Amino acid sequence: MDILSLFIVLPVLTVLVLVFTKNLKQARIVAMAGSLAQLGMAINLIFAYLREIETNDAIMVFTKDVVWFKNFNIHYNIGVDGISVALLVLTAIVVLAGVFISWRMEDLPKEFFISLVVLSIGVYGFFISIDLFTMFVFFEIAVIPMYLLIGIWGTGPREFSAMKLTLMLMGASAVLLVGILGIYFNSGADGGALTFNILEIAKVNIPFEVQRLFFPITFIGFAVIGALFPFHTWSPDGHASAPTAVSMLHAGVLMKLGGYGVFRVAIYLLPEGALHWSWFFIILSAFGVIYGAFAAIKQTDLKYINAYSSVSHLGLVLFALLMLNKTAWNGAILQSLSHGFMTALFFALIGMIYGRTHTRDVTKLGGLLKVIPFISAVYVIAGLASLGLPGFSGFVAEMNIFVGAFENDNIFYRIGTVIAVSAIVVTAVYILRVVGIMLMGPVNNEAYLNLERVRWYEKLGIFLLLLPIIAIGVAPLWLSELILQSLDPFLKGVL
Amino acid sequence: MNLNLVILIPLIPLLVFLVLGLFYKKIKPAVSGYIGVLGLLFSTGLALYTAYRYFIAIGKTEGVYKTIVEKTVWMNFTDSLRIDMGILLDPIAVMMLIVVSVISLMVHIYSRGYMKGDPGYTKYFAFLSLFTFSMYGLVLATNLFQIYIFWELVGVSSYLLIGYYYTKESAVAAAKKAFVVTRFADLGFLIGILIIGYYTGTYDFETLNNPEGNSILNWAATSFMGLSALTWALILIFIGGAGKSAMFPLHIWLPDAMEGPTPVSALIHAATMVVAGVYLVARLFPMYYFIEDGFALNIVAFIGAFTALFAAVIAITQTDIKRVLAFSTMSQLGYMMLALGVSGYDGHDGLGFMSSMFHLFTHAMFKALLFLCAGSVIHAIHSNYLKDMGGLRKYMPITNITFLIAALAIAGVPPLAGFWSKDEILVAAFEHSLFLYVVGLFVAGLTAFYIFRIYFGIFWGKEGNYKEKPHESPGSMTAPLLILALLSIFGGFIPFSEFISPDKSGFETHLNLPLAAVAVFAGLLGIVLSWIFYKKESKLADKFAKGFGAFYTWAYHKFYFDELYLFVTKRILFNGIARGAAKFDKKYVDGTMVGIGNQTVNTSEKIKGIQSGKVQDYAFAFIAGAVVLAIICIYLWLN
Repeated sequence: MDILSLFIVLPVLTVLVLVFTKNLKQARIVAMAGSLAQLGMAINLIFAYLREIETNDAIMVFTKDVVWFKNFNIHYNIGVDGISVALLVLTAIVVLAGVFISWRMEDLPKEFFISLVVLSIGVYGFFISIDLFTMFVFFEIAVIPMYLLIGIWGTGPREFSAMKLTLMLMGASAVLLVGILGIYFNSGADGGALTFNILEIAKVNIPFEVQRLFFPITFIGFAVIGALFPFHTWSPDGHASAPTAVSMLHAGVLMKLGGYGVFRVAIYLLPEGALHWSWFFIILSAFGVIYGAFAAIKQTDLKYINAYSSVSHLGLVLFALLMLNKTAWNGAILQSLSHGFMTALFFALIGMIYGRTHTRDVTKLGGLLKVIPFISAVYVIAGLASLGLPGFSGFVAEMNIFVGAFENDNIFYRIGTVIAVSAIVVTAVYILRVVGIMLMGPVNNEAYLNLERVRWYEKLGIFLLLLPIIAIGVAPLWLSELILQSLDPFLKGVL
Repeated sequence: MNLNLVILIPLIPLLVFLVLGLFYKKIKPAVSGYIGVLGLLFSTGLALYTAYRYFIAIGKTEGVYKTIVEKTVWMNFTDSLRIDMGILLDPIAVMMLIVVSVISLMVHIYSRGYMKGDPGYTKYFAFLSLFTFSMYGLVLATNLFQIYIFWELVGVSSYLLIGYYYTKESAVAAAKKAFVVTRFADLGFLIGILIIGYYTGTYDFETLNNPEGNSILNWAATSFMGLSALTWALILIFIGGAGKSAMFPLHIWLPDAMEGPTPVSALIHAATMVVAGVYLVARLFPMYYFIEDGFALNIVAFIGAFTALFAAVIAITQTDIKRVLAFSTMSQLGYMMLALGVSGYDGHDGLGFMSSMFHLFTHAMFKALLFLCAGSVIHAIHSNYLKDMGGLRKYMPITNITFLIAALAIAGVPPLAGFWSKDEILVAAFEHSLFLYVVGLFVAGLTAFYIFRIYFGIFWGKEGNYKEKPHESPGSMTAPLLILALLSIFGGFIPFSEFISPDKSGFETHLNLPLAAVAVFAGLLGIVLSWIFYKKESKLADKFAKGFGAFYTWAYHKFYFDELYLFVTKRILFNGIARGAAKFDKKYVDGTMVGIGNQTVNTSEKIKGIQSGKVQDYAFAFIAGAVVLAIICIYLWLN
């Protein structure tokens, strides 16, 4: 068994074992063991990858290629570069943290953990696919369990939210499929056979007219799940209704598929289309950055605040990808990782607060620092990380994005950059507003005086997510070099 | 020079922070105070040793103090642009090391008494250490990005400490305000850094500040709206500095920041963090001076002069003693900016630069002293307001004497520290522009007036209505007062110009007797007027205030700048744009998406009757369809 296929096989095995579990205790132990092993593998993969690239200078390493649908030349073709390795580690950490946070999932625990693990199969598969069609299949595998997870274990108007989220993402998938097929049917432009292999297609000179037509289609197809304005509205409702672990996985990992897909497929395979259309999507994404931040100021539901914050932060990812240079791309990937950890941490904390106070309305909460100091202090830290304080991962990512964006010497880009940069002030406003209202101030409800202190599994989940945020923020060099050395192939098309 | 010891200076407070932060619950409060003080004691010792080595043991090589740099890569942006972390030692950095160390040590010692019994004692010392670490990092920064990183970190330490009494609404609001206002200013700083990085290809201070280097020689290469790109960058960076140093119009956060514990105000909001803006301009001084013939520097001078005047006027009218001191700090920071703004580069022309740094040094001592004295008073009578004070000199003799020394120092009475530095600022201003000199002189008079107004108000006059007899503070609090008082007396005798000048070669200064006499006269005039107005309970002051009428009311309300900002942020940004965005999102963006969904449902609702499941209906449809097809076929066949 090759090192990458294990990332699919292991969760499948976990699911199979989960089927035979009888109660919450068994289910959570199995889920934890599975995700712990997965994390071990992901960390091992970093070292294996670093060793491998010393001798192997292929774009993707650890590749494996099996045909599974001959007529259309569809392969199970997998491999990784520095970017996918980093994202695999992110996924493994968030999944494990999600299991810890769901330690006391009382309703249908077996089914819950099965859905969670199935979702993660889709994500792992997506990140290791080199074959466009296989990638698309994994994408769908990741989206479907979402419907169940929100519809069954959610709160509030969960059926509506689940339906809305699924329909919008499915709509995007339909658009995406058009884009993928468009690329496929033009992959023979140089006279070769039609192929879904990304690395092969990248070598083909797809005619400009085709790129111009299919770039926006592919871009939007992926960007919807990356919360591109104006297609982001599935996310606030979806997050608000989703159970904690699902919000964590969704915002922390699933939304990253958007940026990754845009980069790996739309920009890599259709670079001339990207050059042609970038101005339009820069406007949308830069607007999304500032718009999401402003919209977050006036929300009262913690999850909505975080959802709009995600619109803003992930807008920055798309914005950076469209800057079409290495520094900004590096920033985009770092921002994806950083946002993944931070937002998962936020949702975990919101879940803990909600579980104790039974409200997510900031105006009803107050003085939590006094009663649940650990959770509140971590919330402050997460907030500071989210507003881009040096020493945390967000700063590293944002600075790469801003410096990269500034490399484009053109008044249009400059204005876009200044707009994106100014979001750092607005972000500070909405973060500190919540900190001020909810955590500081006097305790405004006597019932809060006896809130349950933090539990060990919650602490574990928190540390799992907090550690990488600080590690990346304090010593970013190793990670940013890991990503940087994988960016050269992408640069060829856009120069 | 061995930099391994220098690097310990910031690392010790960092270690203290981590220890106190991580073992928050396990450490007894008393122990955490000792850990904090002990750590700072080491750092201060090392800082003094470093200064001795740098200025005296090593001294000048070929007539200049060498800049010593050691750094390592922290993150790469492009092939040329990167962020380094490292240590840079030059005269101003070493001078700042001493200022930060001494004041922080004094505040640490003082806090052990002042914060005694506070439930968050350990947390307090952890934050204090975090701040000290960040401030050291800022001072020692080797490049623009490193200084920006620590700039943000001192900002957040300030946020945490202003909001230290976090159950108090006003403290929470003040902390948020301070952070957001300075963050807004930092936006300018950051964009300035981006511009400099793009056009010069480096963030390194050494390369940027080299008068023979590319960045200074080729400043004219690019222009934007009539000014060179680098001038814009310097203006933007100055905006960042103005935010931290509470220059008009970004000053509104500083008075509110007084919500923090008083020792914190002494350390952060009087002596160290707020001078970061001055230090930033001084750090980039060669760029400011040479690029576009000092265009950006003129802005610095005028903003500085205006702030000095503006804040001094407001200081006269305030009734909260900490706020008076806050406005006084603003005003003195304005002085420092003014001095930088009028400075030249070579030899004696660098007087402005030197005097600015000199004033930064002496001001740190006497202003920290004033704040700590104020803290001692507040500690004794539990009020910040002048109306609750009076006649305290009998009860608090040490506080009284040390406050008086600090007040004389800030008023510029010879031979105290403030006299020497302020005098040189005025000389530098006089040599540059008569107008700025007159403003500076007037502010000197106002300074003496407002500081003695509160001095008399606190320690003389009618006794306040004290519930319990006020008492002198404990030794842990008065000892730092006495040490700082000594420094405020003798700090001015340091031959600063020998050590610090823009070209790093040093020069000799002589007292300019006529100008000094005028300045001293202005100061004494202020004191005398204050004595007449405030030493005894008299109606004179009120009458005088009434004489100014509307102007007095305006000044009392800080010229309504808070209200103006509130209007812009609350009304326009929050209730206008933010609420608008939220509503727009719900109603239109989301509305469209939901609308599409609903429309689909509606349509399907309307046409679903066709699939009724009745065989008759299907048969009808089948026959109807066959008939229509037949008609079409016949029609086509006929044609």
